[in-house]
Amino acid sequence: MTASTVDHPTRRDFLFVATGAVAAVGGVATLWPFISQMNPDASTIAAGAPIEVDLSPVAEGQDIKVFWRGKPIYISHRTKKQVEEVRSVPLSNLPDPATDQSRTKDGHEQWLVVIGICTHLGCIPIAHEGNYDGFFCPCHGSQYDASGRIRQGPAPLNLPVPPYQFVSDTKIQIG
Amino acid sequence: MSGPSDYQPSHPAVKWLEQRLPIISLVHSSFVAYPTPRNLNYWWTFGAILSIMLGVQIVTGIILAMHYTPHADLAFRSVELIVRDVNYGWLLRNMHAAGASMFFFAVYIHMFRGLYYGSYKAPREVLWILGVIIYLLMMATGFMGYVLPWGQMSFWGATVITNLFSAVPYFGESIVTLLWGGYSVGNPTLNRFFSLHYLLPFLIAGVVVLHVWALHVVGQNNPAGVEPKTEKDMVPFTPYATIKDFFGVSCFLILYSWFIFYMPNYLGDADNYIPANPGVTPAHIVPEWYYLPFYAILRSIPNKLAGVIAMFSAIIVLVFLPWLDSAKTRSNKYRPLAKQFFWIFVITCILLGYLGAQPPEGIYVIAGRILTIVYFAYFLIVLPLLARIEKPRPLPNSIADDVLAKTGRATAPMVSTLIALFVASTLFVGGTGQARAAENQETPPSLSWSFAGPFGTYDRGALQRGLKVYKEVCSNCHSLSYVAFRNLSEPGGPGYSPAQAAAFAADYKIKDGPNDAGDMFERPGRVADYFPSPFPNEQAARAANGGAAPPDLSLIAKARSYERGFPWFIFDFFTQFQEQGPNYVAALMQGFESTPPAGVTIPEGSYYNKYFPGHAIKMPPPLSDGQVTFDDGSPATVQQYARDVATFLMWTAEPHMEARKRLGYQVFVFLIIFAGLMYFTKKRVWAAAH
Repeated sequence: MTASTVDHPTRRDFLFVATGAVAAVGGVATLWPFISQMNPDASTIAAGAPIEVDLSPVAEGQDIKVFWRGKPIYISHRTKKQVEEVRSVPLSNLPDPATDQSRTKDGHEQWLVVIGICTHLGCIPIAHEGNYDGFFCPCHGSQYDASGRIRQGPAPLNLPVPPYQFVSDTKIQIG
Repeated sequence: MSGPSDYQPSHPAVKWLEQRLPIISLVHSSFVAYPTPRNLNYWWTFGAILSIMLGVQIVTGIILAMHYTPHADLAFRSVELIVRDVNYGWLLRNMHAAGASMFFFAVYIHMFRGLYYGSYKAPREVLWILGVIIYLLMMATGFMGYVLPWGQMSFWGATVITNLFSAVPYFGESIVTLLWGGYSVGNPTLNRFFSLHYLLPFLIAGVVVLHVWALHVVGQNNPAGVEPKTEKDMVPFTPYATIKDFFGVSCFLILYSWFIFYMPNYLGDADNYIPANPGVTPAHIVPEWYYLPFYAILRSIPNKLAGVIAMFSAIIVLVFLPWLDSAKTRSNKYRPLAKQFFWIFVITCILLGYLGAQPPEGIYVIAGRILTIVYFAYFLIVLPLLARIEKPRPLPNSIADDVLAKTGRATAPMVSTLIALFVASTLFVGGTGQARAAENQETPPSLSWSFAGPFGTYDRGALQRGLKVYKEVCSNCHSLSYVAFRNLSEPGGPGYSPAQAAAFAADYKIKDGPNDAGDMFERPGRVADYFPSPFPNEQAARAANGGAAPPDLSLIAKARSYERGFPWFIFDFFTQFQEQGPNYVAALMQGFESTPPAGVTIPEGSYYNKYFPGHAIKMPPPLSDGQVTFDDGSPATVQQYARDVATFLMWTAEPHMEARKRLGYQVFVFLIIFAGLMYFTKKRVWAAAH
């Protein structure tokens, strides 16, 4: 190093630090588009808009599967017996305690709407199977009741309820 | 690699690794302690610039491949969806497309630098030949990449270039069929080109490693062309060369960003915004600018096989350069005659590039033949002869002497060559635009657009009015299939609210299905839907419109252009003029004349239009005064309609233009500050070496 840099060590340091800092800021800012592009694109987001489902063809005891955002949604028209069963279970018996009332809409307690993805590792449980008259996951044997609550097996949580509302007595909007 | 291996690790973990894999000392000796001649000028920073560009191309390419669909029916649309829907997709695509041009721009400077300073001479022959191999791989990669968007130029470029191999005697046709994977360029061709386009950059990276290895064995050449003798001739790579390279890179990024953010279509061809059509060849097939000199050589030979051989020879001759030029003096600085011939050669290459973009007729063919002879004569006659007859000027004793002799002298000559070269290459690049031949074509008048220039934004009112004109008039025949209703409420667009866009969409009937019964049904449009097409398929569109299918309008403002001519295309680079598309659309709407000029006959069922290529257009005059009423009190005239619809179609073609220019402004502020800081940092670091 020559005399001039020794004379003004702080100014030199400032220049180097400033250049390095600007380069670092630029580098980090440049990274953002390269990461952000991995997120869902605008058409995927637009395609994930809410959908409407007509419930009138679904008879008591039947269930249908619809897709929303690539996820299977189970819509079950539960029998009175099923509703009574799931509402009489003490919460202390449940691994993930939740009342059936909190998982259905008031006045529409016969309808159960859940995302049909096992909370264990993402397989799709089969409806009307298992010991609890609910769902049975064939992958690792998790069993859910008619309210979609986990009762037995390795899954840690209840089947999630997607955001939805009744737009009329026979029509729901999911999303 | 060479260089003093004086690296002594102190950290125990590094020591542990070093004993098992001495990778850190390898990096240290190659990129830190590596001695580099102290008299290198800025032309030597292009090696680093090229490394960066290779990295940028690979990274952006890998990302684009995540969103791209290599299928003949889907490729064009998938590229458009990248630009329109993927987060920063427009940025990544522009980076990759302009990056290819920048990569070639840098490689040409790198090659001419090697040529000028005799960097190919012993002991650097292998280094040079590896460079030629990289260049060949780059050309193959660039060509295949250009095919992937599957536009008209992609398709016909692929057809023409693969047909070069049909010149091979006896096996030609079989080779071409093999390359295509079919009886013509088609989906199998696209698929294999995609696969190879992904592969070749990694081969390039591999050869680059060999190139750098060879460089580190023989050491860098330098402007004086004398081998280093003492330690005084050298400086360590880091910090001296690193900091200089980064300053060079930061300046190069400014040029690169100019294209990315402000001139993304300047280097491209408007025809490539038309989806590939195997039934129609564009009026003028022009390769990308970086192939033009070789294309000119190909076309100047009247025999098919000889033309192909000449074209490939023009590149292969570089391999033999170390033996063709046997002069002992390396640098042209000390070769008065060779220096003049070098510049003649540079101009020859630029002129060949210009000719490559011209239609192959008349004077252009003759000029092309003369320049082809000059090109080969430089390598085969001039250089061997000069080596025998030229008397070089005395060389400096050492690199240190060269530096001392230069101290105090201004670097002005370098700057002027830089400017000269820049202007020359602009001319060369702009030559591509020349190929849009104007057969007695009236040039559309240049209108003033609110979206022109570096701070341009769309006029919301014009976009809304243009949408209305499209909806009430154009949409009866023209589709707009890349535009979704949701786009109407996106930032940078017509400025509608999401609710307004939803209401607008609901006016449309969209075909959907099948439903549970297996039937198709109609439902009101949603924001996620795209503008429905007026005809179910191209045949129906053709049948209903006198045999000419009305083109989709989504990209029309980028797919139509006209010749700007010399010297305008040079000014266009600086003024960022790129509004040929909207000028053309606005002119076409107003260019109808009920009676064609004397001597022009228009076939039955066609109409005379001043601005339409060939003048006979199947579309009847679409607009008349008072046809559409505007709520905002704008005049209901054809002129107003034409302007508004052109503005609207510019937006449909470039929906993220405002975001692009806004980000461009921020990037430029950053880059100018950064380059300035790098300049002073570089000066401060090098102060110790002088």
